[in-house]
Amino acid sequence: MTQPSNLSSPAQIDDIRPPLTSIGVIGWIKSNLFNGLFNSVLTLVTFFFLCKIVPPLIRWIFIDSLWSSTSTECRSASGACWSIISANYRFILFGFFPYELQWRPLSAMILLIGLLLISRHRRMWSKTLFYAWTAGLFFMAVLMKGGIFGLAPVESTQWGGLPLTFLLAVFGLAAAYPLGVLLALGRRSRMPAIKLLSIIYIEMIRGVPLVSLLFMSAVIFPLFLPEGLTINKILRAQAAIIMFTAAYIAEVVRGGLQGIAKGQYEAAESLGLNYVQTMRLIILPQALKIVIPPSVSILISAFKDTSLVVIIGLYDILKTTQTTLANPSWMGFSREAFFFLSCIYFVCCYTMSNYSRKLEKEL
Amino acid sequence: MSSTKQTENSIPFWQDPSRRAIVYQLATLAVVGFIAYYLFSNTVTNLQRQSIATGFHFLEKEASFEVGESLIRYSAADSYARALLVGILNTIKVAFVGIVLTVVLGTFVGIARLSSNWLVSRMAAAYIEFFQDIPILLQLIFWYAVFYDSLPAPRNALEPFPGMFLCNRGLAFGVPEPHPAYGYVAVAFLAGCLCVYFLRKWARIRQDRTGLAFPVFSTGSAVLLGFPLITWFVFGAPTAMNMPRLSGFNFTGGLTVSPEFTALLLGLVLYTAAFVAEIVRSGIQAVSKGQTEAAMSLGLKPWQTLNLVILPQSLRIIVPPLTSQMLNLTKNSSLAVAIGFPDFVSVANTTINQTGQAIEGVALIMVVYLIFSLVTSAFMNWYNKKIALIER
Amino acid sequence: MKLRKLWVCAFVVVMVLAAGSISAGTLDDIKAKGFVQVGVNGQLAGFGIPDEKGEWKGLDVDTGRAIAAAVFGDAKKIKFVPLTAVQRFTALQSGEVDVLCRNATIILSRDTAQGLDFAQVNYYDGQGFLVPKKMNIKSAKELNGATVCVLPGTTTEQNVADYFRSNNMKMKPVVIENNAELNKAFFAGRCDCLTSDTSQLAGAKSVAPNPSDYIFLPEIISKEPLAPAVRHGDNQWKDVVNWTVLALINAEELGISSKNVDEMLKSSNPSIQRFLGVVPGNGKALGLEENFAYNIIKQVGNYAEVFDRNVGPSTPLGLDRGYNALWTKGGLMYSPDFK
Repeated sequence: MTQPSNLSSPAQIDDIRPPLTSIGVIGWIKSNLFNGLFNSVLTLVTFFFLCKIVPPLIRWIFIDSLWSSTSTECRSASGACWSIISANYRFILFGFFPYELQWRPLSAMILLIGLLLISRHRRMWSKTLFYAWTAGLFFMAVLMKGGIFGLAPVESTQWGGLPLTFLLAVFGLAAAYPLGVLLALGRRSRMPAIKLLSIIYIEMIRGVPLVSLLFMSAVIFPLFLPEGLTINKILRAQAAIIMFTAAYIAEVVRGGLQGIAKGQYEAAESLGLNYVQTMRLIILPQALKIVIPPSVSILISAFKDTSLVVIIGLYDILKTTQTTLANPSWMGFSREAFFFLSCIYFVCCYTMSNYSRKLEKEL
Repeated sequence: MSSTKQTENSIPFWQDPSRRAIVYQLATLAVVGFIAYYLFSNTVTNLQRQSIATGFHFLEKEASFEVGESLIRYSAADSYARALLVGILNTIKVAFVGIVLTVVLGTFVGIARLSSNWLVSRMAAAYIEFFQDIPILLQLIFWYAVFYDSLPAPRNALEPFPGMFLCNRGLAFGVPEPHPAYGYVAVAFLAGCLCVYFLRKWARIRQDRTGLAFPVFSTGSAVLLGFPLITWFVFGAPTAMNMPRLSGFNFTGGLTVSPEFTALLLGLVLYTAAFVAEIVRSGIQAVSKGQTEAAMSLGLKPWQTLNLVILPQSLRIIVPPLTSQMLNLTKNSSLAVAIGFPDFVSVANTTINQTGQAIEGVALIMVVYLIFSLVTSAFMNWYNKKIALIER
Repeated sequence: MKLRKLWVCAFVVVMVLAAGSISAGTLDDIKAKGFVQVGVNGQLAGFGIPDEKGEWKGLDVDTGRAIAAAVFGDAKKIKFVPLTAVQRFTALQSGEVDVLCRNATIILSRDTAQGLDFAQVNYYDGQGFLVPKKMNIKSAKELNGATVCVLPGTTTEQNVADYFRSNNMKMKPVVIENNAELNKAFFAGRCDCLTSDTSQLAGAKSVAPNPSDYIFLPEIISKEPLAPAVRHGDNQWKDVVNWTVLALINAEELGISSKNVDEMLKSSNPSIQRFLGVVPGNGKALGLEENFAYNIIKQVGNYAEVFDRNVGPSTPLGLDRGYNALWTKGGLMYSPDFK
């Protein structure tokens, strides 16, 4: 591509059309797949493997598969058994939420997705949206918990499935953000004690795996509390996820703070603004804007990391799937169940990461 | 709370930023200290009230459980401390092998992503997108299921190469029978490494002085291969192999890599490599095209361009995020607990369960991972400094 | 840094809001809050597992229901908390659950160093081995060099290590904390044998792709008395749990079941009269209603009913009563008198 073409004279260019082999489909194939010996071989090898893998896979997924049958019929089928999903999807998606009340988590999730869709456009970012989110989160909590507006109360121990996954991720990020910002400010503070505390917290949390924090929340946190005081399991796991996410957000925000020119601080100081005013009015609005794309990445990892609550026995969507697979009649269809689960995770994460890339270009 | 009390009756305090800072810090310390003390005293009361054992005495007790695989000799009669050590070594093993493979695969995919071949580039993109977006735990569970679901029992093990067996108990292959010659071969290899190091230094000095290049790569490879080979011949060229044999239930002899280890490694490497590939891609793309063109116009060969111009520059961009990915891999290896590989968390988990001493167990997990993180980042910081741009 | 303090205040508020306060004894607290919190397995067919609709089923689950029936006269005033093996004891110690019905084996160190108290055994179990039939093994002594699937952190794991050590045999453990995953690994041939309490093995066998492909080895290598556990030091609550389990057994001894319990109220047998609270005294002594045993039997059934419903011959587990038969029928189930 970088090689200069052998032009003889400008006049000839007008007359002779480019050879058929360099334009159109053939030309595209030639320049993108078969430019040079090495690339040709590479293309052929890749193509060979694709031919080996893709047709049987499609056959397994679509052609030979069963969509709504009993598990016994599935055992004799050669294709995928999607019946495990169609027979158990309500338990997989909603866990132990009372069967006849499952419209509530469903509408809470629709509300959440709606809010996310609205906040996608930058022109929508305003105070109103912030209030909309606050109201939305409140209504989601009401829908899940019940107890007022004539909704039957549902214990949080009965929450499970996809709503729990969303809940842990969204509330985790929402609560971790203020904490993360404070920690980032603390780490850049000129007060040694506060700086040291922030650094210790951030580095300690970032140095240990989330599993150990979840163990702590599940197993030993109850021992930290005075006798008789207990905090429910989901809330404890949520706290662990918040603590974990906050340390990562702190680092991202710190990056944003470092990106603010020193002149901004000096200008604010010369206007006579105090620390809180400087931060609130001048620095943070700029810094937080820079760090939106990396924050979305943190949301993605928080979303994926919620799956680790399986290890402490919370019924998130991975655990409900595993429980379904432990059911004697559906045992052995792990490929189908995990495929379904992968699709859910993939769709969510892919949408978010695509969005973050788009934002990055815009900002 | 204490700050308002102090500032009310002495206005100057309030207006002196440096003193105010002290008050703030004291207040923060007091609050943090109070919370810490509160939690600590609660814990102590709880433990005493229910007469739960405390302290690290359990480390010396007999563990009385077996561990699936171990780099050191271990039996159920050994102490908890030794069982935990086995776990630590297993974590180090999986992290080390995982990091090496991840860097190789990640670089490969990252370069493939930049390939001018459309198909290859698309495939790499699909790989990156797909593996990044699925939780690592789900991948691990999936790979483990694939492993034991699709491979045959030991009696009908697949034999892809003579002496190598693949079955649902893992991959068994032959290793050379122990012989003193191998010790000397290792020494010879180390000596070779040392020689190459000095050779490279000398060649660089010579090139700086005289401008003459020395074929370091070919000479170096010859030394590295030749030294051990000659030593091996000198000490009698032992060829006896310790081959895996099917005896009783499993393969004995040779070396067996367990499905748990393989599934863990596969999951970690495939997941982390997707991130590393993105890092490598952006690192290479960050080096401007003019650099390549300039190198070419200087008459450097393609591999020289890559080796002397592109890589040194892109490494500087790549290394910091790469470090954090390596740390992520190490931390994610703790998910081994879900698929039954006896890593440190898994062993500690069992220990907690049997002794009931959860606080000590979780504290051990945290301390060990903190040490891992500190050591890895210290090493990578050193490396980063080494390759950093030296401004003259 | 004011924000930091605000955060601390918020934290305290959240803690207080999220907390349920326990004051005197566990029994009073349970009565005050209106339900019993029971820690259960969550994954063990026959003992504690939710069905498709999220309804809890199992022998341990029914034991929990019996406790709720004894305390409130209503077996539905109960909350189940599924716990993993590693969480179960701290969940009890910290007060997250009031009683642990999660197939826990009584051993000395749990009773002492781990701060627990065990009530009456609700299932006598022993550890055995399940092997594929095609391996042609007749005895556990032939298992030298075998790969063994075992749940980590249980007494099972220690027992099997002890057994292999004492017989000078070698083993390779495969430990997976998730019951379902462990069973799956075994059926797929990852291990040569699965070891666990025989009741759990029966559960595993019942969910095998082809149950007749697997056989039990004759050796039972340990005693596993499974019992509900409570926190150390609360004797009144322990009494309630203890006598609830005994009530299930005693009802069977006396021939009282959920079907005939109403007729039995008219019985002239003084033992039955005392047991069902027709002649008062027992309830007050325990701090319960006088008819607590009636409520248990009416709503949950006697031990035989609970056993047959969850693990008996008509269930997929298909277990015989064995040691769990009444002492009059050669078993170990034996209840002191309710007087």
